[in-house]
Amino acid sequence: MNLQSAVGVALRALLLNRERSLLTVLGIIIGVAAVIVTVAIGAGARASIESTIGSLGSNLVVILPGSTATGGVNVGIGSASTLTVGDGLAIAQQVRHAAAVTPLVVLRTQPISQYSNWQTSVAGVSPAWPFVRSWAVGSGSFFNDTDVDTSAKVCVIGTTVQTQLFPNDEDPVGQMVEINNVPFRIVGVLTSHGHSMIGTDQDDVIVIPYSSLLQRLSTSANGPDIVGALAVSVDASQNVTRTISAISQLLRTRHRIVPPHSDDFQVRDLADIARAASAAGVMLQILLASIATVSLIVGGIGIMNIMLVSVTERTREIGLRMAVGAPAQAILLQFLVESVVLSVVGGGIGIVVGVIASGIAAHFGHFPFTVSIPTVFLALLFSAAIGIGFGFYPARKAAHLDPIVALHAE
Amino acid sequence: MTPTIQTRDLTRLFTTGKTVLAAVDHVTFALQPGEFAAIMGPSGSGKSTFMNLIGCLDRATSGRYALDGTDVSTLSADQLAALRRQELGFVFQQYNLLPRTSALQNVELPMVYASVGPAERRTRARQALIDVGLDEDHHRSNPHELSGGQQQRVAIARALVNNPRLMLADEPTGALDSKTSAEIMKLFLRLNRERNLTILMVTHELDVARYSNRIVSFLDGRIVSDEPVVRAAAAS
Repeated sequence: MNLQSAVGVALRALLLNRERSLLTVLGIIIGVAAVIVTVAIGAGARASIESTIGSLGSNLVVILPGSTATGGVNVGIGSASTLTVGDGLAIAQQVRHAAAVTPLVVLRTQPISQYSNWQTSVAGVSPAWPFVRSWAVGSGSFFNDTDVDTSAKVCVIGTTVQTQLFPNDEDPVGQMVEINNVPFRIVGVLTSHGHSMIGTDQDDVIVIPYSSLLQRLSTSANGPDIVGALAVSVDASQNVTRTISAISQLLRTRHRIVPPHSDDFQVRDLADIARAASAAGVMLQILLASIATVSLIVGGIGIMNIMLVSVTERTREIGLRMAVGAPAQAILLQFLVESVVLSVVGGGIGIVVGVIASGIAAHFGHFPFTVSIPTVFLALLFSAAIGIGFGFYPARKAAHLDPIVALHAE
Repeated sequence: MTPTIQTRDLTRLFTTGKTVLAAVDHVTFALQPGEFAAIMGPSGSGKSTFMNLIGCLDRATSGRYALDGTDVSTLSADQLAALRRQELGFVFQQYNLLPRTSALQNVELPMVYASVGPAERRTRARQALIDVGLDEDHHRSNPHELSGGQQQRVAIARALVNNPRLMLADEPTGALDSKTSAEIMKLFLRLNRERNLTILMVTHELDVARYSNRIVSFLDGRIVSDEPVVRAAAAS
């Protein structure tokens, strides 16, 4: 008996017991589907984290002011808002690997266009900001150093702000927008940056020169050169750690901090946070993969179980096949092929279910939908291996039946 | 002429605990080509064990058995399977047809293991069913749609489809009424006469046994009588 007719015989036998066959392969279906979804979610999460890291800017270091709560009342006077425009300029000039520096001052406000109004964040930054954040201007241009020097009333808007303030699709470049009753001319529109790691819309922003924000819009009592944060782009990733300590050193000197006083600022490497998130993604993937493995093993045991039942039920048939001259090997092959067909069909259904589930997960999880072809083949191969592995014992049992006993079984 | 079956002191012992039972006890027997013999005997007389040995389904404890001149005691399990496939055809009391499988496919089964191509299988299976008197309306019926007599005809077609030298029938009429039994026995007779098919049949019923040429009686694992049947001319 050749393999082709063995597959035919196996398919016939399985189709005769459609319901039972389907229930038997449920474990394999779930297992394979789980593998496909796991890989899809993993790949999606990785892609999403990578794009977030990319969107944060290359080798980004962020300097935040120290918290006033630290150390209770003993915090030095005036150290709550400690970072100044001058700190940023000093870092740009004196720290060797600081390729670009931008201050960051954020104001939550309600800009108005001639058509509409929209609550958003207005960020005061330097012309180095697009480079630091790896964020290009889509149309128009970014403002320059002269605009900063003159506290020019110019702004660059994000795509979300564009659609909200200019709902009629016209080009906003050159148009005016009022921010806290001060008219700003739009000189550029940023490219879309999508959602951040924590799900906020990064495109919901207006960027203006920091000097314009500090001098024309700021209502805070902090003074005209206090900034919310400083963002520094380091020239190469291997220099990040060195640069962090150089910045800390410089700021300690500038802020006249000597032991035992603690720093009134924090320097953070944002890519580190992204890497931590990526590691969490890997953990999630390992967890899902273990569940999938357990499910596949349970599925395999299910197949073994039902094949043993099948061998018992069909003992007479096996006896008859032996009597008409089937060698033991043909009986072994018949039942082995049956369990392999069972598990591969289950694997096939599992792939379809898994791809559909990944599509749904990608849709609701906001990550790119990918189906990895090697994974699909691996899943099929794995389910075939389960069929052979767990089908071998029942098949061997069938092949070693005594034909006389088998023929007279009830 | 080489006998189809030749046994010498064929013995099959069964051991349960400390008891040793000789189900077949030093049986010496020969069946010539073209003979049609019936084996009779009460339950436990060893006739079924003897049939299993003759059918190469079981191995003798001692003694010799040559099937068509070939000593089977030295053959491997696969060689015995090949022998069953090529030289032997089995007919059982309970027909042993595959359920939910058409008559044609049941008859094709032995040819599947004999590596006959699908087209030839179909042709030969159809011819075999016609030869045993099952008309074509029933060729695609499943066993449960057929009467007992029709099922046994399918089983006989299956036994003959590989052109065996010997047909072994274990209580072939045991599940049939007397009218159908007579029809099946007439079919046996016809196959025996027209094709010179050698038949060895186990039966309880003397009426059935009398269709054969020779009645062999077993008792306690031994042959106690072996006589030709003197038949009245009306039998066929």
